[in-house]
Amino acid sequence: MAFTITVNGSTHTVDVDGDTPLLWVLRDVLEMTGTKFGCGRALCGACTVHVDGSPRRSCITPIGSVRASAITTIEAIGSTATGKKLQEAWLAEEVVQCGYCQSGQIMSACALLTAIPRPTDADIDAAMSGNICRCGTYVRMRTAIHRAASQA
Amino acid sequence: MIRCHRVRSALLCLAIVPLASSLLAGHLGAQATPAKGGALFDPIASVLQSPRCINCHPAGDVPHQKDTHIPHLQHVIRGPYGTGSPALPCSTCHQNRNSAEGAVPGAPGWRLAPLSMKWEGLTKGQICESIKDPNRNGNRRTLEEVIAHMKSDSLVLWAWHPGADRTVPPVSHEQLVRDLNAWVAAGGPCPSN
Repeated sequence: MAFTITVNGSTHTVDVDGDTPLLWVLRDVLEMTGTKFGCGRALCGACTVHVDGSPRRSCITPIGSVRASAITTIEAIGSTATGKKLQEAWLAEEVVQCGYCQSGQIMSACALLTAIPRPTDADIDAAMSGNICRCGTYVRMRTAIHRAASQA
Repeated sequence: MIRCHRVRSALLCLAIVPLASSLLAGHLGAQATPAKGGALFDPIASVLQSPRCINCHPAGDVPHQKDTHIPHLQHVIRGPYGTGSPALPCSTCHQNRNSAEGAVPGAPGWRLAPLSMKWEGLTKGQICESIKDPNRNGNRRTLEEVIAHMKSDSLVLWAWHPGADRTVPPVSHEQLVRDLNAWVAAGGPCPSN
């Protein structure tokens, strides 16, 4: 079945079943592999994208539910002012170790700073605790978020 | 020998029949007496206090999960509107229906009940008084409005279709509505405890 979706401002028509997870469509059909598969059960956050600006776990989001919503992935988040600041802060603070979770981390962090431009540590905890990092770079992520937030 | 055995069997039957009749009459007698007063609320309370309902009617800012009522994983919080924190809203994971294989439960409007509608830690009687109070029942002014909510709200109905291996409330939704009607017809009496 054909679905027309908007990803990072571009329209794509894909021929998949309606219950195909958005993550599969992004990675396997559109070959946009920046968004990662971590658990397939919305537990780890590696698959986080934005749907109409709101964070969403693409691994459990059926393509049939997306309809005309605007999807934003890690590939394009750097073209937003907040996303760019975050990526620069991530580099400056040397946040990344293996990197696997970081797409989802940055997408969640971007949603946080969009909603709360100057978050407290409690705000960061509430926003970011759904994204797991097995390398344990949480302290550096917190520092990077504060750094990006300070560059208003 | 066989004749003695038959006589003993007959005597045994004669002894058992009155006993069975007495037990059966007692059981039927118990069923024949309908609940009244605050006891009418008991089956309703069994639903409201079941995990699928009370997990989202917490007394604080953290929803619960599972039949063990553990705090929701991932530091999920109520947020300003009961829909999660601004950057981790409920809709990040919860959709308008259960996800594939029911891994993530979902229903339209997934959210916490407002703090005014907390049931966690309350007794049956306290919950009963709570759902009759417009200040604590989502501003429902009549018991008929309370029934309408229990009858048709998408989040209420989800409790009987929770997905995966989640338990459902101890009475069916249809029975709950019948019990609510009976309770309202009696004036909404509340248990003393």
